[in-house]
Amino acid sequence: MSQDPTAYTNVRLLDPATGLDNQGALLVQDGIIVDFGPDLQIPGKATIVDCSGLCLSPGLIDIRVHLREPGEEHKETIETAGLAAATGGVTAMVCLPNTVPAIDDVPVVEFIARRAREAKLVKVYSYGTVTRGGEGEQLTEMGLLSEAGAVAFTDGTKAIADATVMRRALSYASGFDLLIVQHPEEPSLARDGAMNEGEVATRLGLPGIPSAAEPIMIERDIRLVELTGGRYHAAHVSTAEGVDIIRKAKKRGLNVTCDTAPHYFALNENAVGEYRSFAKLSPPLRSEDDRLAIVAGLADGTIDVIASDHTPQDQDSKRLPFIQAECGAIGLETLLPLTLELVHNGSISLLDALAKITSEPANLFKLPGGKLQRGGPADIVLFDPDKPWILREENFRSKSKNAPYDGRPVQGQVHRTIVDGRTVYELGS
Amino acid sequence: MAILRKTAANSPEPAAYAFPHKHLLGIEGLSSQEIRLLLDLADSYVEQNRAENKKTDLLRGRTLINLFFENSTRTRTSFELAGKRLGADTINMAVSTSSIKKGETLIDTAMTLNAMHPDILCVRHPHSGAVQLLAEKVNCSVVNGGDGTHEHPTQALLDAQTIRRRKGKIEGLTVAISGDVLHSRVARSNMHLLSTMGARVRLVAPPTLLPKDVERYGVDVFHNLEDGIKDCDIVMMLRLQTERMQGMYVPSVREYFRFFGLTQEKLNAANPDALVMHPGPMNRGVEIDSELADDIDRSLIREQVEMGVAVRMAVFDVLTRNKRGNAS
Repeated sequence: MSQDPTAYTNVRLLDPATGLDNQGALLVQDGIIVDFGPDLQIPGKATIVDCSGLCLSPGLIDIRVHLREPGEEHKETIETAGLAAATGGVTAMVCLPNTVPAIDDVPVVEFIARRAREAKLVKVYSYGTVTRGGEGEQLTEMGLLSEAGAVAFTDGTKAIADATVMRRALSYASGFDLLIVQHPEEPSLARDGAMNEGEVATRLGLPGIPSAAEPIMIERDIRLVELTGGRYHAAHVSTAEGVDIIRKAKKRGLNVTCDTAPHYFALNENAVGEYRSFAKLSPPLRSEDDRLAIVAGLADGTIDVIASDHTPQDQDSKRLPFIQAECGAIGLETLLPLTLELVHNGSISLLDALAKITSEPANLFKLPGGKLQRGGPADIVLFDPDKPWILREENFRSKSKNAPYDGRPVQGQVHRTIVDGRTVYELGS
Repeated sequence: MAILRKTAANSPEPAAYAFPHKHLLGIEGLSSQEIRLLLDLADSYVEQNRAENKKTDLLRGRTLINLFFENSTRTRTSFELAGKRLGADTINMAVSTSSIKKGETLIDTAMTLNAMHPDILCVRHPHSGAVQLLAEKVNCSVVNGGDGTHEHPTQALLDAQTIRRRKGKIEGLTVAISGDVLHSRVARSNMHLLSTMGARVRLVAPPTLLPKDVERYGVDVFHNLEDGIKDCDIVMMLRLQTERMQGMYVPSVREYFRFFGLTQEKLNAANPDALVMHPGPMNRGVEIDSELADDIDRSLIREQVEMGVAVRMAVFDVLTRNKRGNAS
């Protein structure tokens, strides 16, 4: 039986896929966007939600999230990650495969899908690992995993180090038109490092990871893409040289894309301060020159996507001497405000910024949503792009609180997150 | 091609007969007339092999040595039987019982055998090009029984003969070759033969099992079995070795069978009268469904074995004609 429609009126409609930026209203029924526009005819029986000028855009799609379930539920679960996502305006997320067990077999994909259905918050998709156990040696059943629902393949936080394995992975995946996502870091250069190699690491006496570790791997991979014709995506690009290589590869017409995480345009290596383990990330926070190059790469379209790289770590993993602490920061709840910093700083337009967290990831991973489309799923977010507020550790809904942003003033606040027409988050409730 | 032409040019006898080559090292370089000659001759041997008395004395007094550096049962037996049916003295040398295990080089082995004055050497070797190297060092005719991932000419000939007898022709047919093309000498020989005879060749495999730039040999490449066999007349399945299904080339047996294993259902994409071939030995449930392999209406697998003996008799016949001094 059909439900009564809901009309979100008095909104600023933003659709990066079509360039739409207009006042109007949007009508949802049975989880589907029925219609939208400036002169929308609203049926009499519709429930009307007056949004008093808020922005309405497609819900955010976050292609890099550690759900930690199965295996590390003390750090995060599909449910707590779902709550964090909903709070952050994220309506779909793609789970990295470094779970325990790893997502290298069909039953794990099915398990995550089932738990996501039970949590009934945001949409959850899975990566599959490229190699069994993420051990970098033997290919997984990418065909069967893809049929089971895996949307792309990566060894997550581990680089596929062996060039022949990477070659075969790109080649095999190309037979099914599947995307290979690389953690672009030459592991032998990164092995003993704790932070970016340079002035700060020298002062702190910490072993460094040279920024060259990234371009070396991306350059190698791009040559393998040329050899195999595979589809390749470099995750969380963090260096000026990495961006530059991808820019050139795109100019040559290669099937290469990349993303970055907000950390790499919102912070630099100085955030490590006096051994703050929350700022220990993989790849490490880089120099200010690298940060500026990431902003430039986002502005000129070299960097296609912004992903949170949400990496929950419990206290026991972070309250350690810097060298021993685990890498990573949470990010689902800060993805929108940190991305909007680029807009407020004048680096990039609002629609271009939103494209990198909605339509671009949807296109790249061939996911539904990411755009306002009649007949499409009603996965949307209502937000105030200008509202100033302060990020506070205690307000995060993620099970882990490891964000290097405590006390940071930001602009842009989510008011409501809607998945398939259901409100999964509302500010203040 | 160049190699074979050189061999033909170097042969001491003038090219008096329709088959001017001293050796059969590969299909590449053979003309359609030469292939047709072999197939026509093989047809007559099929009749002989089905007769009560299968033996002639065409090669009486001649010596044939099977020199196998790789394990083989069916090919070696087939060569042996072909030699015996033509009346030749046939000797098998397997690698485990020969001096190769004692460290003798290939060329030394060749010289040793040469001193025994054989008339034909049938050689299988795990390394591409090894049979040709050996052929350059001996006086007798050499038949390539499979060298590395290069060629297996008698297999391609027996496949062609099987197809021709069932379909009446090769020209104009569409043949899909599916499986581990990368490591397959059978695929390479068949590609050359079928193209030369005017068939349209398709290769179907995951990209990891295809050699680089193979499409430059005039074949169409597919990564999806149903698409690849659509409207085909012949579906030729290749054997996939177990060690190649453990994650280096293909992730697993079940994934391979799911996407590249030939089943009755997938075969529906091909022409209604499409026939299935396999060079053997089969991996049931890996590249071919067991029921389909046993379906005598669709599967030519046993017929291929029968043709193997006839084709090899034809090869021995033509290669010794100059020596025997008559064209009968």
